[in-house]
Amino acid sequence: MLRLSVRAADAAARRRLCQRGPRIILQHSRPYTEGNTGGSAAKIVAAGLVSFGGGIGGTVLYAKWDSKFRTTVEKNVPYSDLLFGLALGPATSLDSTPTKKQNTWVECKIEINICCVFIEQCEECHQHSPPETALSSEEPSEPGDVLTAPEEPLKERPAEEVTARIAQQDQADQDTLTFVSDKLEDSLASSATATLQAIAAQEAALQAILQHTQKLKEAMETEVSAEQRSSHWKDLEDAVCARSRNVEEAGAALVQASRASLDSLRAVVESAKDSRVAALRPMVLAAEENLHSMTVDLDRAVDKSVESEAKIVSQYSELVNEAKQQFQRELSSITPEIQANWKGLSGTLSVDDLNALIAHAHRRIDQLNREMAEQRVREQVHIEAALEQQKLEDQKALEKAVSLAVEHNLERARLEQERKQVELREVMEAEMRTQLRRQAAAHTDHLRDVLKVQEQELQAEAEEVLSSKMMEQETRYRQLTQEQLDNFTLDMNAAYARLKGMEEAIDSHVIAEEEARKAHQLWLSVEALGYTLRSSSLDSLTRPLEPAAQAIRESCQDEFAVALAAALPEESLQRGVYSEESLRARFNALRSLARRVALVDESHNSLYQYFLSYLQAALLFEERQEAPPAKISSQDLDPFKILSYASYSLEQGDLELAAKLVNQLRGEARRVVQDWLVEARLTLETKQVVSLLSAYANAVGLGTTQAP
Amino acid sequence: MSEKELGKKWDRCLADGAVKIGAGLGLGIVLSVVFFKRRTWPISFGLGTGLGMAASNCQNDLRSHYVLHGSVKEQ
Repeated sequence: MLRLSVRAADAAARRRLCQRGPRIILQHSRPYTEGNTGGSAAKIVAAGLVSFGGGIGGTVLYAKWDSKFRTTVEKNVPYSDLLFGLALGPATSLDSTPTKKQNTWVECKIEINICCVFIEQCEECHQHSPPETALSSEEPSEPGDVLTAPEEPLKERPAEEVTARIAQQDQADQDTLTFVSDKLEDSLASSATATLQAIAAQEAALQAILQHTQKLKEAMETEVSAEQRSSHWKDLEDAVCARSRNVEEAGAALVQASRASLDSLRAVVESAKDSRVAALRPMVLAAEENLHSMTVDLDRAVDKSVESEAKIVSQYSELVNEAKQQFQRELSSITPEIQANWKGLSGTLSVDDLNALIAHAHRRIDQLNREMAEQRVREQVHIEAALEQQKLEDQKALEKAVSLAVEHNLERARLEQERKQVELREVMEAEMRTQLRRQAAAHTDHLRDVLKVQEQELQAEAEEVLSSKMMEQETRYRQLTQEQLDNFTLDMNAAYARLKGMEEAIDSHVIAEEEARKAHQLWLSVEALGYTLRSSSLDSLTRPLEPAAQAIRESCQDEFAVALAAALPEESLQRGVYSEESLRARFNALRSLARRVALVDESHNSLYQYFLSYLQAALLFEERQEAPPAKISSQDLDPFKILSYASYSLEQGDLELAAKLVNQLRGEARRVVQDWLVEARLTLETKQVVSLLSAYANAVGLGTTQAP
Repeated sequence: MSEKELGKKWDRCLADGAVKIGAGLGLGIVLSVVFFKRRTWPISFGLGTGLGMAASNCQNDLRSHYVLHGSVKEQ
C-alpha cells in the first residue's frame, strides 16, 4: 500500500515536473529505497526478534540438558534463574541427590528394591563431610558416586540425625547380612549335600556302570558254561539293576535335585550379589566358587566319559534286556520275585513298550542272526562305520566336554574375575580407607596446627593483655609513689620554703631595720644639712655645710647619698651659701645699680654712655614687680623688664627663675650682677642637692618604713 | 662682690679726678704764676688737663673690663 501511494505520488510529481531532467526522477526514485528501507526495517526488526527468541529458547533447552551450563548462566546473567525456574522448574543447583539418583538409578535398573533403599541411604550418607569416617567403611564406594559427590555442595545434617542414620544403616546392613548369609549357608549346605549326594550317586553309578560293563563284557566275551553264564547273567542282572537304579537315582532325581539346589543357590547368590553390602561379597564369592566347584564336580561326575561306554553299554543293555526277556520268559513261571524285580525294573517302561521291546527283541534276534551272517561279511564296513560313529561320538563328547570345559572355564574365569574384583575392591577400599585415614590424619594435623597457631595467638594476646595490665598497674603504682613523693617533696619544699621565707623575713626584717636605721640616719643627716642650710651666720651666710656633708658621708654608705654629698659645691661646703632672703635683699640693692648701668655694654661704655644710662634710669619708670609671662623671647627683654620679672619671681620665692632672668642681662648690668648670679647659682645648686638628698632620704625612709 | 665694683670704680674715678684736677690746678697756677704772668689760661688749661686726664682715667677704668688684653700665648 505504501508503495502504491508512493508510486502514485511519484507519477504525479513526474507529470508535474517532467520538464526537469533525470535528476528529478532519480530524486523521486528515492522513495522506493525509502519504502524498501521501511519494509527492510521491519524485516530487520523481525529477524532480530526471531534470533533473540531463538537464542533464548536454545539457551533454555541447553540448560535443561546441561545443569552446569544452567548454573553458569544463572550465576552470570541476573534474572536468568527466574526464567529457568519458569521454563524448566527448580534448578538442580544445591544438592547432589538428583544427579546421584540418576546415576545410581541407571545402576538400580537391574537391582531389587532393597538395594535402592540402601542406595538412597548410602547417597544420603555420601552427603556428609569426611569427619564421619566410620561411614566410609560401610559404604560400597563405587567410583561413580565418589566422583559426582565433590562437584555438588554438600549439606551437612545434624550429628544426631547422622548417627541415627548411620545406626539405622548399620542395622539394616547387619540384618541383610545375616539374612543373606543364612540363606546362602542354607542353600550352600543343601546344595552341597545334594551335590555330594549326586556326586556320590554318580560315582556309584559310574562304578556300577563300570562294573556292569565289565560284567557284560565278561558275559559277552567269555564262552563259559551255562551255570557260569547264568551266574554271570545274574550278576549282570544285579549289576544292571544296580546300574539302572544308580543311574536313575543319579540321573533323574539326585542330579536334578542337586541341579535344582544349585540353581536355587545360584539364584540366592545372584540376589545376594546384587546387595550392596560389601561384607556379603566374600561370602557371595565363596558361595559362587562353591557353586562353581560343585557344578564342575557334578558335571565331571556326570561327564565321566561313560557316555560312549554307556551307549555301548546301553546297546549291551538292550541285549541284556533281550536276554533278560528271554530269561524272564523262561523264569517267569519259576521265580515271580524276579518278575517283581523286573516289574520294578521295568516299572518305568510301559506295557506297550515292553511288548514292542519283546517283539523288537525277537525281530532283533532274527535280525542279529541275519546280521551276524552279514556282519562277517561286512565286518570291515561295520568296523569303519563303528569307528566313524565312535569318532562322531568322540567328537560330540569332545564338543560337549569342550563346551562344558569352556563353560567351566568361563565360569572359573568369571569367578576369578569376581574374586579379583572383590580383591581389588577390598584393596581399593583399604586404600580408600587409608586415604581417608590419611585425610583424617591430615585434617587432625591441620586442626592441630591451627589450634597451635590459635593457641599461640591467644597466648600472645593474653600475654599482651597481661603485660599491658601489668604495665598499667606498674605505671599507676609508680604514679602513685611518684605522687606521694612529689607531695612529700612539695610539702617538704613548702615547709623548707616557709622556713626559708621566715628566715629571710627575719633577715630582711633585720636588714630592713638596718636599712631603716640607715635611712633614718641619712634623713637625720640630711635634715641637719637642711637645717644648716637654713641657718645663717655672719653676713647672712649660712654656716659651712662641710660638717653636715661630712656627717652624711660618714653616717651613710649609700652611694647615691655620698655622690650627692660629693656633688655639693665646694664653696657651699667651705664657706656656706647665701640664703634666699639675703639674696633677695641683695638683689633689691642690685636692682637700682643694674638699672643705672643698663645702657653700658661692650661697645657703649664711655662716660657719656654712663651719663645717658644714669639719665635713663632716672627718667624711666617700670613696675616694681611684674609677673613674667609663660613664654619670653629675647626681643621682648630689656633690662628693666628683666629686673622687674626677676624681682617678682624673687618675691614669689622662685630663685631659679629670677636667676634665669637675671642671666639674660647683658653688658655692664650683667657684670654688676655677676656675683649675685654666682651666689644664686651656688645657692640653687646647694638647695637642689639638699632637696635631692632629702627626697632621697625620704624615699629611703618611706621604703624601709613599714606600715603597722 | 661685683656690684660694689662699680662703686669702687666711681670712688677711684672721683678720687683720681679730684687729684688730677687739683694737680692740674696747682700746676696751672704754678705755670701761670711762673711762666705765664698770672694769666688764667694755664689754670684752666691745667684744670682742664687735670679734668681730662681724670675723665680719661675714669673712662678707661670703667671700660677696662671690655678692653681686650691680648697676650701672646705661646703654643
